[in-house]
Amino acid sequence: MSSHNATAPHYFVPGPSQWPVLGGATLLTTMIGASAWVNGLQWGAYLNFVGIFLTLVVLYKWFGDAIAESESGKYSARIDVSFRWSMSWFIFSEVMFFGAFFGALFYARSISMPWLADLDHKVLWPDFAGIWGGTGPAGVVESFKTMGPFPIPTINTALLLTSGVTLTIAHHAIREGQRSKTAFWLFATVLLGAIFMGFQAYEYMHAYSELNLKLTSGIYGSTFFMLTGFHGFHVTMGAIMLSVVLYRVMKGHFTPEHHFAFEGAAWYWHFVDVVWLGLYVVVYWM
Amino acid sequence: AVKNSEGGPAVRQLNLQAPVTQIAEQIYSIHNLMLYICLAIFIAVFGVMFYSILKHRKSVGHKAATFHESTTVEILWTIVPFLIVIGMALPATKTVVAMKDTSNADITIKATGMQWKWGYDYLKGDGEGIAFLSTLSTPRTQVGAPGVAPTEARGVNYLLEVDNELVVPVNKKIRIITTANDVIHAWTIPAFGVKQDAIPGFVRDTWFKAEKIGTYRGNCVELCGKEHAFMPIVVKVVSEDDYKAWVDTKKKEMAAKADDPSKVWTVDELKQRGEKVYAANCVACHQANGKGVPGAFPALDGSAVVGGPKAAQVNILLNGIRAMPAWKASLSDTEIAAVITYTRNSWSNKSAENIVQPAEVLAARK
Amino acid sequence: MSNTVADHAHDHSHGHDDHAHDHPHGWRRYLFATNHKDIGNLYLWFAFTMLLLGGVMALGIRSELFQPGLQLMQPEFFNQLTTMHGLIMVFGAIMPAFVGFANWMIPLQIGASDMAFARMNNFSFWLMPPAALLLAGSFFVPGGATAAGWTLYAPLSTQMGPGMDMAIFAVHIMGASSIMGSINIITTILNMRAPGMTLMKMPMFCWTWLITAYLLIAVMPVLAGAITMTLTDRHFGTSFFNAAGGGDPVMYQHIFWFFGHPEVYIMILPAFGIVSHIVPAFARKPLFGYESMVYATSSIAILSFIVWAHHMFTTGMPVTAQLFFMYATMLIAIPTGVKVFNWIATMWKGSMTFETPMLFAVGFIFVFTMGGFTGLILAVTPIDIQLQDTYYVVAHFHYVLVAGSLFALFAGFYYWGPKWTGFMYNETRGKIHFWLSLIFFNVTFFPMHFLGLAGMPRRYADYPAQFTDFNMIASIGAFGFGLMQVYFILFVVIPSIKGGQPAEAKPWEGAEGLEWTVPSPAPFHTFEVPPEVK
Ligand code: HEA
Ligand code: HEA
Ligand code: CUA
Ligand SMILES: [Cu+2]
Repeated sequence: MSSHNATAPHYFVPGPSQWPVLGGATLLTTMIGASAWVNGLQWGAYLNFVGIFLTLVVLYKWFGDAIAESESGKYSARIDVSFRWSMSWFIFSEVMFFGAFFGALFYARSISMPWLADLDHKVLWPDFAGIWGGTGPAGVVESFKTMGPFPIPTINTALLLTSGVTLTIAHHAIREGQRSKTAFWLFATVLLGAIFMGFQAYEYMHAYSELNLKLTSGIYGSTFFMLTGFHGFHVTMGAIMLSVVLYRVMKGHFTPEHHFAFEGAAWYWHFVDVVWLGLYVVVYWM
Repeated sequence: AVKNSEGGPAVRQLNLQAPVTQIAEQIYSIHNLMLYICLAIFIAVFGVMFYSILKHRKSVGHKAATFHESTTVEILWTIVPFLIVIGMALPATKTVVAMKDTSNADITIKATGMQWKWGYDYLKGDGEGIAFLSTLSTPRTQVGAPGVAPTEARGVNYLLEVDNELVVPVNKKIRIITTANDVIHAWTIPAFGVKQDAIPGFVRDTWFKAEKIGTYRGNCVELCGKEHAFMPIVVKVVSEDDYKAWVDTKKKEMAAKADDPSKVWTVDELKQRGEKVYAANCVACHQANGKGVPGAFPALDGSAVVGGPKAAQVNILLNGIRAMPAWKASLSDTEIAAVITYTRNSWSNKSAENIVQPAEVLAARK
Repeated sequence: MSNTVADHAHDHSHGHDDHAHDHPHGWRRYLFATNHKDIGNLYLWFAFTMLLLGGVMALGIRSELFQPGLQLMQPEFFNQLTTMHGLIMVFGAIMPAFVGFANWMIPLQIGASDMAFARMNNFSFWLMPPAALLLAGSFFVPGGATAAGWTLYAPLSTQMGPGMDMAIFAVHIMGASSIMGSINIITTILNMRAPGMTLMKMPMFCWTWLITAYLLIAVMPVLAGAITMTLTDRHFGTSFFNAAGGGDPVMYQHIFWFFGHPEVYIMILPAFGIVSHIVPAFARKPLFGYESMVYATSSIAILSFIVWAHHMFTTGMPVTAQLFFMYATMLIAIPTGVKVFNWIATMWKGSMTFETPMLFAVGFIFVFTMGGFTGLILAVTPIDIQLQDTYYVVAHFHYVLVAGSLFALFAGFYYWGPKWTGFMYNETRGKIHFWLSLIFFNVTFFPMHFLGLAGMPRRYADYPAQFTDFNMIASIGAFGFGLMQVYFILFVVIPSIKGGQPAEAKPWEGAEGLEWTVPSPAPFHTFEVPPEVK
């Protein structure tokens, strides 16, 4: 219940809300759809999309409520701190998620691969050489070429690094209360993100059509596409967050002191940046 | 009443099985040591607690003290357990190192876990070249089924007996290499103190040196699907001479049994042979009546694959599909040809292509 | 576990603009809840329902294992029961029950008006029923529920039918729920403590949950990663766990147990917290070694990240890895021992009484320690190699999970229940519940040690006949234990919601903490103005 009036501005607690339970229902729909879909049922795909769409609608309404509360001044400085903690811990959870996939890459490459190729394993795989980016011991993987750092990944690195800079310029601008400058640099950041995604999509097409490098290309393809794919998904999420912030900046939200939505999205963007640097080194260079 | 299983568990057994290797003996004594230490700590700690519960209760008029820390005892009860733990880890370390030392084995045997049986290949040492499958020999009539009571009394070695035991000589270092065809299984003989997962696509090894002649029994100990409880491991430890004799007969037997894949068979011959293969390998899922288990295992009776082009069926048998394991390693060309021919001519099936010759299977292996 | 708080303490005085109309009533109150106490109730009811569901599955398992042979079910269905029993108990019963406690008690204990993010709090809860529906529903799809064990090891998990995918998505949802719940708890604790309550003055339950939440945020995403790889291996042709493409089934186990071991401490640390309140309250003496309790809890959490491969001693690791994981695992006995010793030192020279919460707490300490010792025995690599995947392991983890986590939850219910419902439970019935649960628990699980030592493998639908007697005893015990839990809900919980002797604000003479400064039942809103802590 919202129960704080001006004399006791302590901690705003929102009143009953239908969005969480609806979100649960829409996610259930999404997951039922997904379960059916991956098992080859066509209706599953539709149900999955309906579920995702409805989930997005719920999130839209929910965040709409939150933004309205924020703009009407209900969020005290203490709530601001709560948001900071929560965003930091959320990003930590994302770090651990990527950690699982980086861990898999490390394990497969540095432990399983040499193992499969060692002397004992000649019993099973007499001809396996244990080269990273090869076709796997059983020869069931079609041969493919691996992806190097040039030119696209390097261009993409530059794009993301630049986007980090533009975002920081935007942040300085908002702190100085320069709304149109903020909007401009935010827009530039989102645009760089979009170009990044464009290149990434191009790189995937190149991989599939020219390198014969696919999701099914053994452990190399698995880790390559899952790591870069999840990263790309996160870039997209980050870009959406920044777009919402941009829209709110243009609508006149935020003040030089109060703009946590901006900062949270910015932290997220920097996190996505850092993940990319990790990818750039261990996926493309090593 | 049930009797003890020789080389397996005893009725109402309370401790580890009687060890017959040095490793198992060490494990046995480390376990006893741990048990005593833990028991002593347990009695000491809970002795104090129950003393307190008896004496420091309100109903006997005890007044509460107010202390709530003491750096000295806190440091003490951090350091003492630390020392105890080190005392426990030391003897264990020696055994771990010994267990891992698989070098200089006299005989090397590969154990392959399959859903749901074990395959053994003698790779090195006396008996090299011997290979066979080892399947549960307890009849299903002892097991029963939901709603169907068992019709036969259970034997002493119920679920601990196989058709072909692994035979090894006494007092020789046997290295077991484990691997698997489909999912993870685990190979164990408790009396040897040996347990090693069998991982598909990988090999792992372990070793034992049995010091007593006898038959020793274990079970698959990694969940491997529905028949997980029905793939025991039995090792027969025999004298050096008996081992030599066994190797000889086994080799002769194998030579006699080896099928020539270029032999051309008649439908009836194949069908007859196939029925045996089916009973040994396929019934568990597809059922004796070929109807499968709805939702889990497809029916073969009336199946489109069985009725359709034979090449597809040969391929499925060789390479597996979904829950169906690949049989190329565990069945010979003749056996695969026979069992396919059997399915194509059984129940209500009258397939157009009604016979598969071993040579066709051989060709399909590429 | 109460509905009664609704009727109390709606101060209509908070004349506030936009939400003045939504005093929650009827079904909306729970569906749209943003009140930590309502959400706590939801969690507790949900968890108890899941306990019964998982318990019924356990009874199915125990019935089949009453004698050798296959009597009641096909082995594949047996494996489904085992798997779902594990998943539902871990993710559906124990974890949500602790979250329910956290919801109820953390704001009360730190003097906060509610959780930091009230709507997200409700979202965390309302993700649980969908996950439960997916899990339960998976029994009814072709092939049935997943039968790969709660650990969902590849590549057996790759062979499963659509039920496996439903389990994967259910775990995804529950993971999201846990992460949001944990973020909420951490933020609440770090940011909403009453003025003057420094971290080192904070109640132990909050400390243990703070650390638990940290563990959850660190490992749930890793589990999500592991099962996502399983999903893509199953349907999209990746080779993470398939040697033919260069992957490794054992890699799944490493990722899973990196989650899985901290997970077991996630299920015990809040239990430690609960017991750390009850023992001082009934010994009428402050908790001994508060600071070392905090350090011990943190040490357990830190160590829990470097011991995971003690579940994998039989996969065939290099000897150095086996030794490292053995030593690291054994070290955990030290901080855990510190906790046990501190509890006993708290009792020492106290003025003890033994109402039901104290009985369960003492029972916890006693029986959990037995489970801890068997854990330590399993940590010794050579012994583990003998015992891994046998009923000894089953005995170990039921000692720590049932007599540990579950008993602590019961203790917590008896201790804080009066604050929730406003009524005292019936003491005699509480004692009956305790003693018979304790006895039946041991009847059920103690014989499993013998079974395991003698070599009976776990996840077995049928077993060699030599194991019959102990299995029979265990099965009988299981039914007795289950019956006691039905007794608990029907004869203890529900009556104490409906009425009885009204509870005072502080029903326990020796209890300490802010939660006892508010009336029983706790009003809908508490600590809207934070209390001052000296
Ligand atoms: C609440 C859950 C919980 C808790 C708290 C624990 C606690 C511990 N566990 Fe347990 N464990 C599980 C849940 C839990 N476990 C589960 C679910 C599994 C099986 C998973 C599966 O395969 O399905 C498992 C399996 C498991 C294994 C793998 C077995 C196998 O599959 O082969 C091992 C091996 O090392 C182990 C060890 C330990 C140890 C050393 C502790 C320690 O934390 C215990 C420490 C406590 C004490 C030691 C007692 C108190 C101490 C003293 C009184 C001090 C003095 C003592 C000494 C100095 C000795 N556990
Ligand atoms: C987390 C907590 C938890 C809890 C509380 C329990 C509780 C119980 N478990 Fe547990 N168990 C696990 C976690 C837990 N388990 C895990 C993780 C596994 C491993 C799974 C795997 O191998 O993958 C396992 C495996 C496991 C096995 C091994 C199965 C196998 O290897 O094949 C067995 C066998 O006896 C068993 C028994 C029991 C029993 C008898 C209880 C009892 O305490 C249950 C008490 C019963 C009730 C509470 C039910 C009461 C209800 C009624 C009497 C009827 C009510 C009627 C209606 C609802 C209408 N469990
Ligand atoms: Cu093979 Cu279990
Ligand atoms: Cu563990």
